[in-house]
Amino acid sequence: MTETEPTKTFTPPTRFAVPGRIAVNTDTATTWQRATLTEIRRETPRAATFRFAVPGWHGHVPGQHLMLRLTAEDGYVAQRHYSVASPPDDAGHIELTLDHVEGGEVSGWFHTVAKPGDTVEVRGPHSGFFAWTGDRPALLVGAGSGVVPLMSMLRHHRARELSVPLRLLVSARGPEDLIYASEYGAETTPVFTRSAPRGVPVGRLSAAQVATLLADRPERGWEAYVCGSNGFAEHASRLLVAAGQPVDRIRIERFG
Amino acid sequence: MHVTRGFTGRPRVSNAGLPPGQYDAGDDWPVLSAEVTPELAPADWTFTVDGLVAEPRSWSWDEAHALPASAYEGDIHCVTSWSKFGVRFGGVSVDAFLDLVRPAPEATHAVAYAHTGYTTNLPLADLTGGRAWIVWEYGDEPLPAEHGGPARLIVPHLYFWKSAKWIAGLRILDHDEPGFWEQNGYHHRGNPWEEQRYSGD
Repeated sequence: MTETEPTKTFTPPTRFAVPGRIAVNTDTATTWQRATLTEIRRETPRAATFRFAVPGWHGHVPGQHLMLRLTAEDGYVAQRHYSVASPPDDAGHIELTLDHVEGGEVSGWFHTVAKPGDTVEVRGPHSGFFAWTGDRPALLVGAGSGVVPLMSMLRHHRARELSVPLRLLVSARGPEDLIYASEYGAETTPVFTRSAPRGVPVGRLSAAQVATLLADRPERGWEAYVCGSNGFAEHASRLLVAAGQPVDRIRIERFG
Repeated sequence: MHVTRGFTGRPRVSNAGLPPGQYDAGDDWPVLSAEVTPELAPADWTFTVDGLVAEPRSWSWDEAHALPASAYEGDIHCVTSWSKFGVRFGGVSVDAFLDLVRPAPEATHAVAYAHTGYTTNLPLADLTGGRAWIVWEYGDEPLPAEHGGPARLIVPHLYFWKSAKWIAGLRILDHDEPGFWEQNGYHHRGNPWEEQRYSGD
């Protein structure tokens, strides 16, 4: 038997060997912490923002998510991953924006039972892959509640008055379904798929819209962050690739 | 235990096949890949096993299909907490490939790598003994691209991020080398029955 080294180094055709953006703290990732609900804000008929005091929160980077768990009296536990909506500077507090999912045991509890003073448990933040520290030009593409981690980036960009370019394409069924509608500025292009205000086209995110954004290319290029349903993520990422965005600079977070 | 006021949860099912903290996704099969789904035709797909082996080797689509067929029928478990019951994947057992390349006695681990560059690490013991497959069928249909087609690795007794989509090869090593999610804070082994979700669990 001979000991052999790899005959040649494998070069993946699409170069996705993208490293995570930041190191993840193992202690905070594995320790459950108490989170006290302090405020509920309605965003759309289907979505609301839940604000929590988490005294032990060690901070997060925009784009990261956490794991949240609810426990029933008989010990039954339901846990889900949720992206953090708030920017990192909000010391000791985090905000989550949750859709009311039909039949969803966790989102159902939040939308029909939860009230300020209730406590749940969270651990995290998790995953450096979708994190954005504010260092690279950011092209953010989200649909529905997929805008949540992207909003943390936008809020961070504003709070720190960062000069690095940031653009947001956000898709919603109609104006009434657009989460954070009052917060968007010139950096944001809303896309409405079912109904739109007068004079605004109705339809799926188009190649032309993506191409327009990409044409406005910063010197070091864009780091693209795509978040939404799998159907939207497939559609948006194909448009980005077709418009010339390098595959290894597209980070995708899909619901599920 | 910290009880959440007013939380009852979905109706309890007694299902011995459901690992702790998981729920039954029913007919859903969420797609969670972090990268762009590649356009990879079967004719362009290859599978390589190299590293600490006697005879490193690559297989084309047709060559891999010429190996003895083997199927997995059972359950799969995703770290995001869904499980899916009674699935069937058709392909070839990883054992069939390893028997031909003959891992060195000192080999202990492998890195599975994808045609997209995605990587994940596994102890060799989790890839052998009829517990891992290279598959190209889901049910009786070709494996869809967004689920890793034309071919993916499946290691169904571990969380499903170990089951690398668009599998390109296995590099056999004498040490553990964290892969993509493992470098991003996920557990090195990922045993759903011990809830090894994150590093430190």
